[in-house]
Amino acid sequence: MIATLPLLIPLAGAALVVALREHPRARDAAAVAAAVTTAVVVALMIPGAMDGERPEVTLAPFLPDAPILLRVDPLGLLLLLTATLLWPLTAIYAGAYFPTDAATRGRFHAFVALTLASTAGVAFAGNLVTLYLFYEMMTFATYPLVVLSRGEEAMAGGRRYLTYQLGTGIALFLPAVILTYVETGSFEFTPGGLFGPGDTGILPVAIFVLFLFGIAKAALVPVHLWLPAAMAAPVPVSALLHAVAVVNVGVFALFRVLLEVFGPASVVALRLDLVTIIVASTTVLVASLIALQLDKLKPILAYSTIGQLSYMLLGVALVNDAGMTGGMFHLVGHSVSKITLFFAVGAIAATTGATSWRELTGLAQRMPHLVIILGIGAASIVGLPPTAGFVTKYLLFVGAVEARAWLPVVVLAASTVLAATYYLRLVRTPLTAGDGAGGSSRPIPPAMLIPMGITAAVTVLLGIVPGPLLTLVRAAVP
Amino acid sequence: MNQLQGGFPLVSALLLWPLVVAAVLLPVKRMRWVRRVALAGALVELATSTWIFLRVASAPGPGFQFRERIPWIDAIGASVHVGVDGLSAPFLPLTALLTVIAVIQTRTLVAHRQKAYLVAILTLSAASAGIFTALDLVLFFVFWELMLVPTFMLIKVWGTGAERSHAATKYVLAMLSGSVALLAALVLLAVNHARQEGALTFDYLELLGTPLPSGLGTVVFFLMVFAFSLKAPLFPLHSWLPPVLQNGPVGAAMLLGGLKVGAYAFLRMIVPLLPGPFVQWRWLIATLAVAAILYGGLAALVQPDLRRLIALAGVSHVGVALLGLSTGTEEGISGALFLLISMGFTSAGLLLLAGFIHQRLGVTDVGALGGLAARAPALTAFALFLGFAEAALPGTSGFPGEFLALLGAFRAYGVPALAAVAVVVLAAGYILVWLQRAFYGPVRDPVVGRMLDLGRRESLIALAVALPILTLGLAPSLLLDAAGPAVAGLVDRLAGVVVASP
Repeated sequence: MIATLPLLIPLAGAALVVALREHPRARDAAAVAAAVTTAVVVALMIPGAMDGERPEVTLAPFLPDAPILLRVDPLGLLLLLTATLLWPLTAIYAGAYFPTDAATRGRFHAFVALTLASTAGVAFAGNLVTLYLFYEMMTFATYPLVVLSRGEEAMAGGRRYLTYQLGTGIALFLPAVILTYVETGSFEFTPGGLFGPGDTGILPVAIFVLFLFGIAKAALVPVHLWLPAAMAAPVPVSALLHAVAVVNVGVFALFRVLLEVFGPASVVALRLDLVTIIVASTTVLVASLIALQLDKLKPILAYSTIGQLSYMLLGVALVNDAGMTGGMFHLVGHSVSKITLFFAVGAIAATTGATSWRELTGLAQRMPHLVIILGIGAASIVGLPPTAGFVTKYLLFVGAVEARAWLPVVVLAASTVLAATYYLRLVRTPLTAGDGAGGSSRPIPPAMLIPMGITAAVTVLLGIVPGPLLTLVRAAVP
Repeated sequence: MNQLQGGFPLVSALLLWPLVVAAVLLPVKRMRWVRRVALAGALVELATSTWIFLRVASAPGPGFQFRERIPWIDAIGASVHVGVDGLSAPFLPLTALLTVIAVIQTRTLVAHRQKAYLVAILTLSAASAGIFTALDLVLFFVFWELMLVPTFMLIKVWGTGAERSHAATKYVLAMLSGSVALLAALVLLAVNHARQEGALTFDYLELLGTPLPSGLGTVVFFLMVFAFSLKAPLFPLHSWLPPVLQNGPVGAAMLLGGLKVGAYAFLRMIVPLLPGPFVQWRWLIATLAVAAILYGGLAALVQPDLRRLIALAGVSHVGVALLGLSTGTEEGISGALFLLISMGFTSAGLLLLAGFIHQRLGVTDVGALGGLAARAPALTAFALFLGFAEAALPGTSGFPGEFLALLGAFRAYGVPALAAVAVVVLAAGYILVWLQRAFYGPVRDPVVGRMLDLGRRESLIALAVALPILTLGLAPSLLLDAAGPAVAGLVDRLAGVVVASP
């Protein structure tokens, strides 16, 4: 039953948030409390999982051969740990971001809690059908967040969000699930994979491609367009999409598909590694080139996310130790780095009104701590030591060279240069003289500063002491 | 085979009860009491049929339960033989629930001659339940025909559209041509039995054991496919449905659009009675099904009127169900059954929604709607939920049926079944596009400003439809387990054919 707790606590949290809607203070406290409780419960599951325990529970018989099955394992914990550790920080940050609008804050807390519940379902899903159910549940839990501001731009973005997510889910992901069953006779995730040496020909590859583009939350080009469309959402929502849960769930689902539906042996035999590397490399380059041309901060971060997600896939598709470790490590590393950047950009917009990098001039004089935080996040995404991003990049290079996969090596190098270019603007412009977006700047509220201070510190900490996290990651690597 | 169950003849009572209630209504003068008696009667029917379903679900078996047989016309071997199994039992509470809702809606939606309206609805309800439970082909035919008159009256007298007369006539003509074919098919089956065993019989269970020469089997098969396709309706014989749903009164539309009697008949009659021809010709059913899926989906995409849209969506979904059925696999058949039940709730729910909108604004055309969400949040929530169910999203009853039907189709036909996936995407497209434009688009008509949200009574009705959709979506095994042995029995019958044929 322990496997259900990370699902039930957020659900209870959501119910509590709705029940307490007349008392904003108690409600906000309830949201943070639910978040912290979930994080603690998930953290407590780690030692057992490291010892090889795999507690599982069947929630419902559902369909023949496809019960709703939850099973705890290190890979799932990796995803869920990231989500539940960042959730309380996001909840606190949101309190300061929507200071006056209690109703919006309430909706935010409730739907974020539902999103976290679906994340738990995805993380512990023991078979493809369970994964699909919670994956789609997440689409519906996040849609109200994307349109949180109810403005025209938000509604249009929300429509696109829903169209892409649902369209790919139904047209590609679902058929892939069904075809997998038809081919292998099972939905259940199995270490080593469901496909065996006997599965050859074009069909397994086609199924894999359906997964690759059907799981649009991983934002591979060209099914990445929902992510920029959702850009009208407020910053705490962006944090949820880009770091806490949504894109991670996409990449995680593809990890499961690569490792426990096809399995490392079939990935190599069917050349799925090559397919993934080509698609992911294209995505990295396209996203970097687009980001290079943008002025607005949030879209730059959005396209940067698209590229970074493909790093993770590149790593796991290499199916060697270093590559897989790097890919999975980056799931966590990218999350803490990217949420730092979003928190910082949100704070800048909230206090100075600046939304593009050209308006950041003079910021370093007025808010030096903010610029330092921004710099830490940027350094990590570019892959500089001593940050989490460096550890990833190191492992990915080692993995790619070991696999003699030269395309990823070239792509990694090129994209590092591109990322450095556009992130350097973010960090250098504040150092130049000027008064940016007008110079009016109120101090950053502590409820914003503390969460981003923590994530920035973790970003550095993971760069200096990656050991503990690497232990968990290694347990998840087959 | 199951033993005859002694004691109270529950199924016969279930079939007679609506007619008894209708008869009781006749002398009652006060309209309020007419409605109350009708509602009480319908609720009793709902409780009884739910109990029957739960009994079948708690002890699912391959045979028929609650079987009763009363001699009737011995000369031709017809009897009043009824019973339920896992295939038919779920349709009974569905029928009863839709009847209850139609009765409740009478007060607000039927302007004149409410008593006659209620009598017609109750008769239609009894006829539908009869089709689901008849185990004698003459009896089946009688109920089949009994649907005709009340339906004709309901559309013609109480229809809400301008073309109700035309719609009523179209319906009757379509059904009558189907009836002739059906009657011929049934007689051929009985005569074949007489030729082999020496006596006529229309008994379903006896005919199941009568071997059928392949030439005759093919003839009966095509007659039945014609008759049932018309009723289902299956593309290209569907053209009566959109005008009926658009012009008929909500109550009748719910029963006609929600109860997929024709598709049920494929399951009950064609598969078990004609396994040989079914296996031989199932590619034809599959082809028609895919054509229906695509035609219905594409036509729905550009249909501005909600009630016609529901009809076209129904055509498309019946296609998915028949595609699943045509595979003859366990997944395909149970998926088809699940879809038919799910469709019953969602189509009826959507027609109810159309009724709510029509009652308030006098239109169900998206061109005149827009911006409803701001005025009517509860109605919007109901609409979105139904839209999700119609688009077969997980968590609603639409998902398991479509999932299993497609799984069966992939198994049987391989990658070409991908064509069927198109429907799911189209379904998501057409229904969500319509809802988006009607509820969130710009306000086009000032009358929307006076739009009222759902009242308490209406909210309760909406909940009564939404609850089964959610329950079946989250716990599909409730229905799948009940139907399991019966579906397995069908698959076994088909397997026997495949082995026997060289």
